[in-house]
Amino acid sequence: MHLYNLTLQSPTAITHAIVGNFSGARQQELIVSHGTRLELLRPDIQTGKLSTVVATDVFGSIRSLAAFRLTGGTKDYAIVGSDSGRIIILDYDPKTSSFAKLHQETYGKSGARRIVPGQYLATDPKGRAVMISAVEKAKLVYILNRDAAANLTISSPLEAHKNSAIIHHIVGVDVGFENPLFAALEVDYSESDQDPTGEAFNNAAKMLTYYELDLGLNHVVRKWSEPTDLRANLLVQVPGGQLASSDRYDGPSGVLICCEDHIIYRNMDAPQHRVPIPRRKHPLEDPKAGLIITSAVMHKMKGAFFFLLQSEVGDLYKVTIEHEEEEVKSLRIKYFDTVPVASSLCILKSGFLFVASEFGNHYLYQFQRLGDDDDEPEFSSTNYPSFGMADPATALPIAYFKPRPLENLVIADELESLDPILDAKVLNILPNSDTPQLFAACGRGARSTLRTLRHGLEVEETVSSELPGIPNAVWTTKVKEDDPYDSYIILSFVNGTLVLSIGETIEEVQDTGFLSSAPTIAVQQIGSDALLQVHPQGIRHVLADRRVNEWRVPQGKTIVQATTNKRQVVVALSSAELVYFELDLDGQLNEYQDRKAMGSTVLALSIGEVPEGRQRTPYLAVGCEDQTVRIISLDPESTLETISLQALTAPPSAICIADMLDASINKAQPTMFVNIGLQNGVLLRTVLDPINGQLTDTRTRFLGTRPIRLIRVQIQRNSAILALSSRTWLNYTYQNMMHFTPLIYETLDYAWSFSAELSPEGLIGIAGSVLRIFQVSKLGMKLKQDSIPLSYTPRKFITHPSNPFLYLIEADHRVVSTETAQKRLAELRSKGKPIDEDVLNLSPEVFGRARGSAGTWASNIRIIDPIEAKTIHVIELDNNEAAFSLAVVPFSARGGELHLVVGTAADTLVSPRACRSGYLRTYKFIDDGRSLELVHITEIDDVPLALMGFQGRLAAGVGKALRLYDIGKKKMLRKVENKSFATTIVSLCTQGSRMLVGDMQESVFYVAYKAPENRLLVFADDMQPRWVTTQTMVDYTTVAVADRFGNIFVNRLDIKVSDQVDDDPTGAGILHEKGILMGAPHKTKMLAHFHVGDLVTSIHKVSLVAGGREVLLYTGLHGTIGILVPFVSKEDVDFISTLEQHLRSEQLSLIGRDHLTWRGYYVPVKGVVDGDLCEMYAKLPGSKQSSIAGELDRTVGEVLKKLEQLRVTASGF
Amino acid sequence: MSSELRYTANTQLEHLHARYSGTGHADLTKYEWLTHQHRDSLSSIVGHPALTSYVAIADGEAIGRVRFEMTERMLQPCGPPLGKDED
Repeated sequence: MHLYNLTLQSPTAITHAIVGNFSGARQQELIVSHGTRLELLRPDIQTGKLSTVVATDVFGSIRSLAAFRLTGGTKDYAIVGSDSGRIIILDYDPKTSSFAKLHQETYGKSGARRIVPGQYLATDPKGRAVMISAVEKAKLVYILNRDAAANLTISSPLEAHKNSAIIHHIVGVDVGFENPLFAALEVDYSESDQDPTGEAFNNAAKMLTYYELDLGLNHVVRKWSEPTDLRANLLVQVPGGQLASSDRYDGPSGVLICCEDHIIYRNMDAPQHRVPIPRRKHPLEDPKAGLIITSAVMHKMKGAFFFLLQSEVGDLYKVTIEHEEEEVKSLRIKYFDTVPVASSLCILKSGFLFVASEFGNHYLYQFQRLGDDDDEPEFSSTNYPSFGMADPATALPIAYFKPRPLENLVIADELESLDPILDAKVLNILPNSDTPQLFAACGRGARSTLRTLRHGLEVEETVSSELPGIPNAVWTTKVKEDDPYDSYIILSFVNGTLVLSIGETIEEVQDTGFLSSAPTIAVQQIGSDALLQVHPQGIRHVLADRRVNEWRVPQGKTIVQATTNKRQVVVALSSAELVYFELDLDGQLNEYQDRKAMGSTVLALSIGEVPEGRQRTPYLAVGCEDQTVRIISLDPESTLETISLQALTAPPSAICIADMLDASINKAQPTMFVNIGLQNGVLLRTVLDPINGQLTDTRTRFLGTRPIRLIRVQIQRNSAILALSSRTWLNYTYQNMMHFTPLIYETLDYAWSFSAELSPEGLIGIAGSVLRIFQVSKLGMKLKQDSIPLSYTPRKFITHPSNPFLYLIEADHRVVSTETAQKRLAELRSKGKPIDEDVLNLSPEVFGRARGSAGTWASNIRIIDPIEAKTIHVIELDNNEAAFSLAVVPFSARGGELHLVVGTAADTLVSPRACRSGYLRTYKFIDDGRSLELVHITEIDDVPLALMGFQGRLAAGVGKALRLYDIGKKKMLRKVENKSFATTIVSLCTQGSRMLVGDMQESVFYVAYKAPENRLLVFADDMQPRWVTTQTMVDYTTVAVADRFGNIFVNRLDIKVSDQVDDDPTGAGILHEKGILMGAPHKTKMLAHFHVGDLVTSIHKVSLVAGGREVLLYTGLHGTIGILVPFVSKEDVDFISTLEQHLRSEQLSLIGRDHLTWRGYYVPVKGVVDGDLCEMYAKLPGSKQSSIAGELDRTVGEVLKKLEQLRVTASGF
Repeated sequence: MSSELRYTANTQLEHLHARYSGTGHADLTKYEWLTHQHRDSLSSIVGHPALTSYVAIADGEAIGRVRFEMTERMLQPCGPPLGKDED
């Protein structure tokens, strides 16, 4: 088996974000890491919208990211710490719009190891040095400098190791231009490892250590080390150092140590200041639960600075330090606002705060105020004895604040993120859709959603208005060449033409010079200020002073087709003749003396735009009824001579010549494409050679069932083509690459571009008798998302065999359920405690729900109507029960009546897994599945993590046991059990009487159910231990499995063994077979193995295109959606894997990770070709492309075509 | 093996052990081995973003909290060592 891996949607989680002037211009940009992908985002200061500038796969795992700027420089660089064992300095090149690797210094083994640096990065604020550190022991310091040619240089590493020290965090200390200083938060374990009494462990101190880089001696020394709070977790840099120009200090220098419940200011030889972290004044708040800061950002303004610290529940605190020169007077903290919990916070100088959420959508906020003059209580270190450090071991009195909706920030933009995808299904249930949709249960806690993902671009409709009749075409036109916007909308009906003018309102106008009594074939703004209308009887050339020059068709003929541009007009007559006109320098339209007889009725015509600075475009494409397309010269030397001819498989319905940029073909300038739409709905795209007019590199695509219409439009100042068939497609250039994506919109009959003040880049279309004006703004997003809000973290969902509803279970750990919360509030009220209702009414989406201790759960069962996109029923679970699994089971004991069985457990502890009791809740579907009726609850002994219908009964994985249950009157009745599984059963799937059992740590077991003896027998297993997350059966003997470390693999059982097991009626043979390697008697064979880089949460065997092949689609926790496509021929395998080999040797990874070792992170990659790497071929420089193509005995075009074909036939993307 | 060779091999080995903490040796106790295993696992969870997210979702905590608690646990993941006589 050979598979081709393609990512359809890259991960959307942001693990790190940094801000800086990466392109060297004045504007600040963001670089975000999606774990395995780097993206540069540029905020638009006017609109407050973020746009992607460049995004690149790095083929490795990014663990840390830092920005730095050399002293006196204007450009920021990014440093990446990854699992490649190398430190990488990246430069963003705005000219080529790509990242360039400036330095790549190897220091250790690859992999995210304990003592190999990469986990933490700290830069000197003056950009002179960087420290990169591991979780334990290893810290390396690199000196950064400039050489004579002002290039960035990096030194060899200086070690600052400390044996047996666990490092919690490192940060660069701001000391101005003194020797660079780094602070580290470390714990030494050497003593507690030796002391059996446990005293050393109890006395272990967390040390704040300063490492000084002596630039003179080129050496790192441990300068200072002092114990600090034991529960410290994060360090934040405090500005310091003197300005060169004045004696004033920027700040007191030193660090803020964020500890559980406290913030401490600390510096060498300076008194400490401590303030408590204020807590929410919530009636259900547990004062004993600690509160830590999980992300922080410092912002320097002219002469001032402040910190925003975010707690683990999302509250932002503003921390300020009052200082005189280097002496700190007070440390103050106050509540600022509440935003989603962030993995990184970035403040932009233009007044924005970027919040890269750890789960769910990311936000860009705009600062309205800085929280300076509000009445929010502020807590200062001066209010406590000895600045809060009188007794560092005891906590300060708890400080409270009242949470409230945003006051200082407003949302400016939102980046959609699927992270985390916990379960997904591929279904085609939406009406009028010929491709399946993906339903993904996303998000965490109260921000969870169920999202419907459809392949296509989102369309924003601005106008939709009914017309008096059904027009067959629409155009818009300017009046003069240099008008910014369109002035007229022209609608052509069967027997007439209607002209509307665009102004404050859109209304009909008469005196435009257009003929209104006949239909229109083409409209064009021609020359500098004239208009042109082509109608069946002739051509009207409307001059600026409303004089009309008319060219009339000879008697007995009509115009059937026309094509125009700013200077040229070609019309085809009913007599199969072509007439060519060109505008002369006086603005007169002149007919060329000869007419060209085509010999076959002309069905389509197209000429391109006049190239900049030229008189004319030299080529005309003509599509004829005899199933040919001819390229005809318009050059004065050879006017109307046929240059080349291409045969088609069906009569053409439309042709469109457009110059578009496609970096895979030509990086420097646009390529001339001839798009040919056929009457059978197939689109051919060929490249027109500008020198000799030959058509090369034909690619085909099936667009829909109707004859195709093609329209050249402008999208974001680039040429694009709108292709209308039973679906509407847009062919456009995005980030220099060509894309072909359907629009999620009604079927259009005709369309044209539309430019007005309110929608400068719009489109206008007609669908039946309705006129629609719309625009396509989010070009990069190929999947349109619609979400349905959920209450808690979704765990799993399933479909029903006969109704379209989805049944979903949600559960949140450490969250108090609504019912318990009400009970506790009632209790408090009865005790007469005052309860602040405002706090209770805060939206849980922003503030989260009331938190509980470990073992507290909130959970429900939800029924969703995916077509209407709404929840139709919710069943809240009480008694601290949480749902973990569900199945729809047709119980044969009840005549095949469908029941929903939900596996729950009460008082569940996650680690180590324990529960008071597990339950199987059996529900009957009532009201056509719109509601559920509880039949009975069966108590069981462990958490049921996997349920499945099996031969009219219920198969349940309960802890280590696999059981079959049948339905009884009061309970489920246990029929058979097998307790031999290794750890915990997490997933089940079945075909026939075979069950595949996924174990939490020990891979997949093949189980046969032998009905005559009522036995569940394990007959085969895997040789390797695997931490299974999900699995799906590919066929009767084969299974595709994903594990917790980001691997996906395919295992197959020998067909002989499979048959032998099936032929054994009682299973006695299996029962007495000798086990191999302390396991089952047979082992599966691994066929394919691949490291995705994201934790795969679901795998589906589906076909994504109508009539296409089945592929394996997977979803990843960080929002990845990818497919594994089986190759059809040995030839393809050879070709693509050779191409992959060539690309591997190009070392394309930005973080210096070797591709082969990355895809074989845990187990060597087997039988899978990485399509994401292969598609990088399109981005290689032309010379590289042709040398690789030469090695493969192909042309560059052939290689690109093959890659596109693999993607399109498998996914339609 | 000549005594000289054994001597040099040993110093090299000691050097390597000092350099690569977590490497096992012939006299490793069960407790030491287990502690190394746990520290390696914990730092691996902290070092792989997807795994940290996974644990955070399962446990209902923020990623930052999970990372902090995991790093804290590295100090003594398997309880205090056994006394000399109990070995």
